[in-house]
This record gives sequence, structure tokens and C-alpha cells, in this order.
Amino acid sequence: MGKDKIKINKEFYDIMPPEYQELVESATYGKEGRGWKDVGIAKELIEEHSLCAGCPESIAFRYVLACLPNPEDTVMVGSTGCTSLVFPHVAVHNIHSLFGNQNAVAAGLKRALAYRFPGKIKDVVVLAGDGATVDIGLDMTLQSWFRQDKFLTICFDNELYANTGGQESGLMQKGFVAKMAPAGKKFDKVRMPDIARESGCHYVAVMTVSKPNRVEKAIRQGVLIAREIGPTYLQLYTPCILEIGKQMMEGLQEMRDSEGPGERFAFQEYMSDEAKQYLASLEAEKKKPVAAIAAA
Amino acid sequence: METQSLVGTYNKKGQRIVDPEYLLFEAPRQSHFMTGSEVVREAIRRASVDISVAYPITPQSEAAAMVGDLYVEGYVGDYFRGESEFAVMSQCAGASFGGARVFTTTSGPGTLRAYENFPMWVGSRLPILINVMVRGVNSPLNIQPDTLEIGLIIDTGMLIWHAETGQELFDYLLKGYMVAEEPDVHIPIAIVIDGFFVSHTKDTLMIPSADLTLPNYDPYRSPVPCMDMEVPPVRMMRDPFVMKSNYISYATHASWQQETRAACERSRKHTIRMLGGLIEEDENADSEILIVSSGTAVAQGREAARLLSEEGIKVGIIKIRTIRPFPYEEIRQATKHARYIFVPEFNVVGWMAREICAAIPDNHRVIAGPRVAGGMTMPPEVIVEVIRKTVTKREVARG
Repeated sequence: MGKDKIKINKEFYDIMPPEYQELVESATYGKEGRGWKDVGIAKELIEEHSLCAGCPESIAFRYVLACLPNPEDTVMVGSTGCTSLVFPHVAVHNIHSLFGNQNAVAAGLKRALAYRFPGKIKDVVVLAGDGATVDIGLDMTLQSWFRQDKFLTICFDNELYANTGGQESGLMQKGFVAKMAPAGKKFDKVRMPDIARESGCHYVAVMTVSKPNRVEKAIRQGVLIAREIGPTYLQLYTPCILEIGKQMMEGLQEMRDSEGPGERFAFQEYMSDEAKQYLASLEAEKKKPVAAIAAA
Repeated sequence: METQSLVGTYNKKGQRIVDPEYLLFEAPRQSHFMTGSEVVREAIRRASVDISVAYPITPQSEAAAMVGDLYVEGYVGDYFRGESEFAVMSQCAGASFGGARVFTTTSGPGTLRAYENFPMWVGSRLPILINVMVRGVNSPLNIQPDTLEIGLIIDTGMLIWHAETGQELFDYLLKGYMVAEEPDVHIPIAIVIDGFFVSHTKDTLMIPSADLTLPNYDPYRSPVPCMDMEVPPVRMMRDPFVMKSNYISYATHASWQQETRAACERSRKHTIRMLGGLIEEDENADSEILIVSSGTAVAQGREAARLLSEEGIKVGIIKIRTIRPFPYEEIRQATKHARYIFVPEFNVVGWMAREICAAIPDNHRVIAGPRVAGGMTMPPEVIVEVIRKTVTKREVARG
């Protein structure tokens, strides 16, 4: 959907919310090289957010939206949790249906869009919390990967159930004391990146959101590889400062402290050979002189 | 998002896309003898279905696999096996959100595993058609015919039509899409049949040529935006009030529930046009003794009425075609002269009798039975016996 489709009828322009006016005037839809640097300049993708002040998820959300390579033809699928509080503000079509079924919804959606719009790019991106991705929805997460459904799955890993008040989750660290783990969590943080790789993901990356360039690259690669090759998975640490007892200005430091060598969110990246070849072919395409592209 | 009528053109299988009225009421039909599963295949062949998702469970597995054959033949756009009914119904939701006409099937425990999806489909206004081939949901494990699960999905908000025969199954599957996809309805529809009794029994029915098909679903007639990034708006709301604890949030949820229930009610006019009415009355419907039910229980009731007519006892039959919307007014009118209203059912609880009791005045006239469950058959003699005993006892009591 290009900007032409979201134009406002002149008669109604003045009664439309300023956010919508701005969306129409300065949307980065179709802008080459859009990325996290547009955050703060073009605010159309997320206007406000309804998360806690200082929540790292809010900046992660902005990066994701700002870095989608093709937002004008991207549909997002969310799940229940803190992320579902933000999705209503998001300026791409997005679906919330049930808790945990996001990868199943995305599988049906992607097939419908592929069937209805052959030859046209229609990206699907799942964005859900760790409870939805790894606990209640694990079956559907994995099955979509086994089937090689072509979409990116992003997990906002805050290592607990934040929206329901801080209960134990599968991605929580061992020993952490939380609601429903009153004596501390008894088993290890689920090794989801390894599982993703073994389940057929062509691109897997783990990181915090402290370094926007890195997040931007991962999101672009995740979407592009999913579009052409197969499923991709991105696990981002978005600490719940409320539940781990941090102040609103301490989120960034918490992420930095958790991404050093040997820490649980040390940067990891895996790419299948097919995915590597595909990215290399995209690079080669870019480097071709304009005349050669026109001749081809 | 320009939409134009494709009626008169040919699809990639060479089928002529025809006006639904023509396909459903006017096109020449030929006689076929086939099982309910095969009926499903032949209806879906003519339904221009975009996406179908399948999962094995008896007794619907055969029909679900046959839809896969249609996909290989090119009659269905895409098809795959999901990982559970919960996932399948979510995959159907995703496809429907993306603007596809969607078909799926389920049975018994699968219906219950999928359950959380049904109110979500309704609230999201997804006109998915699900063919429910009912079976037992009790423990110990039971794959036999039993209609308890209809009573369990009755208030999910979906349209629910109950087909008695292969012929009705064929027609309801095609007509169901036409009603469910009306912009003023646009909610999911369950086409129910009794497992095995209809799904695995051969029946003679009349069907139009396979060279004809329904027009494709037009997602831009939906009352809510299709999630394909082809239609505005893209920013749904400035303030996500639906997730807040305040009056406007509660009022929004309440009014949306009222609206989706109203959509179900608004289907009546389309259903009457398509099915000729929400109920069907036989020539003896003016009798003092009535049998009122749905599905194959009606077939058994009809045979019981025939047996009783040989003894000179006149019994009328009223078949309920649509469980939702429930034909309250039709049933009130059709039963107003009756002294005895028997409700034979293939389930242990008698949910249909409860529905009828709630619909009519003087509901002591309702005799909730006979009922069989767990795959038991209901010989017409059992219905005859209950009618004879009840009528005699009450007539004696009245002196």
C-alpha cells in the first residue's frame, strides 16, 4: 500500500488526527534505506506507546518498525502481552488474535497473501513476547519453522511474563525468583536460538537492543531472507525493568551488562548457506552498474 | 483494491464463474450416489475456495483429505496439514484475515481443542466456513456419532446450520458461504452433519455440473479492513482503549459483542432466501403431536411418524435447519397448536429441548426425548414407544 492509498479526502483533512496527517505527509513508505535513524524524525510508524516509562520494549518496537524494508506491504502478527498494548498504535496492518497462536495465524496469512498477490512482495512479521513464543505457543512456533513458512519471527525476550505481573517463563534464567517460581526457577533458560537453527530457520540472531545499527541489520536480513528462502528468528532482550527492580533510566545499562562475552545476550548470529548466497546475490545486484541492470 | 464481477469468466480450471442464484437454484442438476465425504469434495470443487487447512480426526479425516486432492487438481488455491485443531483454526484465521475464502473441517474433540478460536473468528468478523462432523466427546474415547458438541459451540457467536442429508450438506456448504460473506453478516459459519450417519453413508443427491463455480470471495466487501496492506486505515487508533479498564473500554467491548450477535440475526433474511426458511414443516405440522429436532434425529422422527400413522395417530415433523440464529418465532408459530412436542436427540443432555423450552410458552408441552448417546442408534420404534406412552399417560390423567 503506497502513500496514494492513505490520502485524506480534502474535505476531511482538518478533522483527521495530526498523527494521521503526518503519516500521509511524511510516511517513510517506499523510502530507500529507511532505518532506525528515522526514529524521531518520521514518527508515523509508532506514535505514542502505552508501555511503562523507560521500557526497553518501546525503543525495540520503534527500531523494528523503522527498519522494516517494506512497511507499505508488511503485515505484522502479534500476540497477547505487553506488545499487544503497543500494536494498536502501529501504522501497518497488524493482527492480534489469541495468546500463543501468532505463528499459526502468520502461516495462514502468508499463504493467503502469496496466493492472492502472486509476484508481489507481501512480508509477514511476527512479533511476540517470550511466553507467547516459547511457552504457550512453542508448538506453533516450531511447526511453522518445520514447514518452512516464509516469515520472520521476532521474540521480545524479557525473561518473564511481564503483562500479567512477573511470572516465571521458559526463557527466564535458572534460579531467578519470580511469581510461580517462589523458590527460584529450577531449570535452564530454554536454548531457543539452538532450537530455531535445528528446526530449520535460515537466519537466527540474538542480541539486546542497545545497538540500533545491529538491530537494524538483523531485522532487514530477517525479513529479506524470510521473503525468499525460509523462516528466520530474532531474539531481542527487552528487559522488564519493572519486574527486575530497575529504574526507568536503567534499561540501557541492563542491556549493556547482559551482552558482554559469555553473557546470555552476547551477540550470536547464524545463517544457512542458502541465506548467505542470497544476501551475497543482493549485494552483487546493488554493485552492478546502472547500465548493466537496465540491459538485464 | 478495485473489485469487479468475474461472473461469466472462466477460472484457471476452466470452470465458468456463475451467479450464485444460478448455481444454487437454476443450473441443471444430475443424480449422484455418494458418501457425505464425497459430497464435501464436490461442494468445495464448486466453491472457489482459496485456502484449506486440514488435520486428521475421525470421522472428518476422509473429507479433509479429499479437499487435498482438490488442491492437487487445482480447484483449491492452497492446502496443508496443520499441527492441531487449535493451530488449524488459527491458520484459517490468518488466511481469512488476509482476504482468502477459507474452508476447514473438524470433529468432536478437535472441535473442543479448537474452541478458543471460534469466538475470536466471530469478533474478528472472519467468514470462515467450517464443516463440523459431530462425534462423541466423552471419555472413554468414543468416535461414534453424538451431537453433544453442537450444544457446546452454540453460543460462540458463529452461524450454525445442521444438515440432515447429503443433499442438504451439498447445498448448505455453498449457500453457507453466500450468507456468511454478506457484508451485513460477515461472521463464520459451522455447517454441521452427524458423523458417520451422513459423512460415511451413501445418499442420492442432485448436483450441478463441475464446470460451474461460485464467484470468488471479495474481501473488500468486508465490514472491517482486510489485513493485506491494500486498504486504509493503517493506524487503527491513537489510544488503544480496548485494553484499558475504563467505561469507554467496557462499552466498546459490550457494543462489539452486541454487533456480532446482531450480525448473526441479520443473516436471517439471507438464510430465508437461500434455504426457504429456518425451519421446515411437513404436511402434518398442524397435528397436536409434533416431533421437533435437527439433523438425522429428524429422519428417525419421520419414520416414527410413519409407523404411528399406520395406527391412525397423526404426528407432524418440524425440522430445525439453523441452530444459530435459532428460529424462535418460527418455532413459536409452528408449535402454537401442539399439545405434545417431542424432541429426539443424539446426545445425553438434550440441549435442543432446552432451546425449544426457552422459545415457546407453556413449555410443559415439551417432552425432552427420547435421547441416545455415545453412538447408540435411535430406532424409530423407540420414538414411537415414548410418544405412545406419554400421550396415553397424559390422556388418562386428563380423564
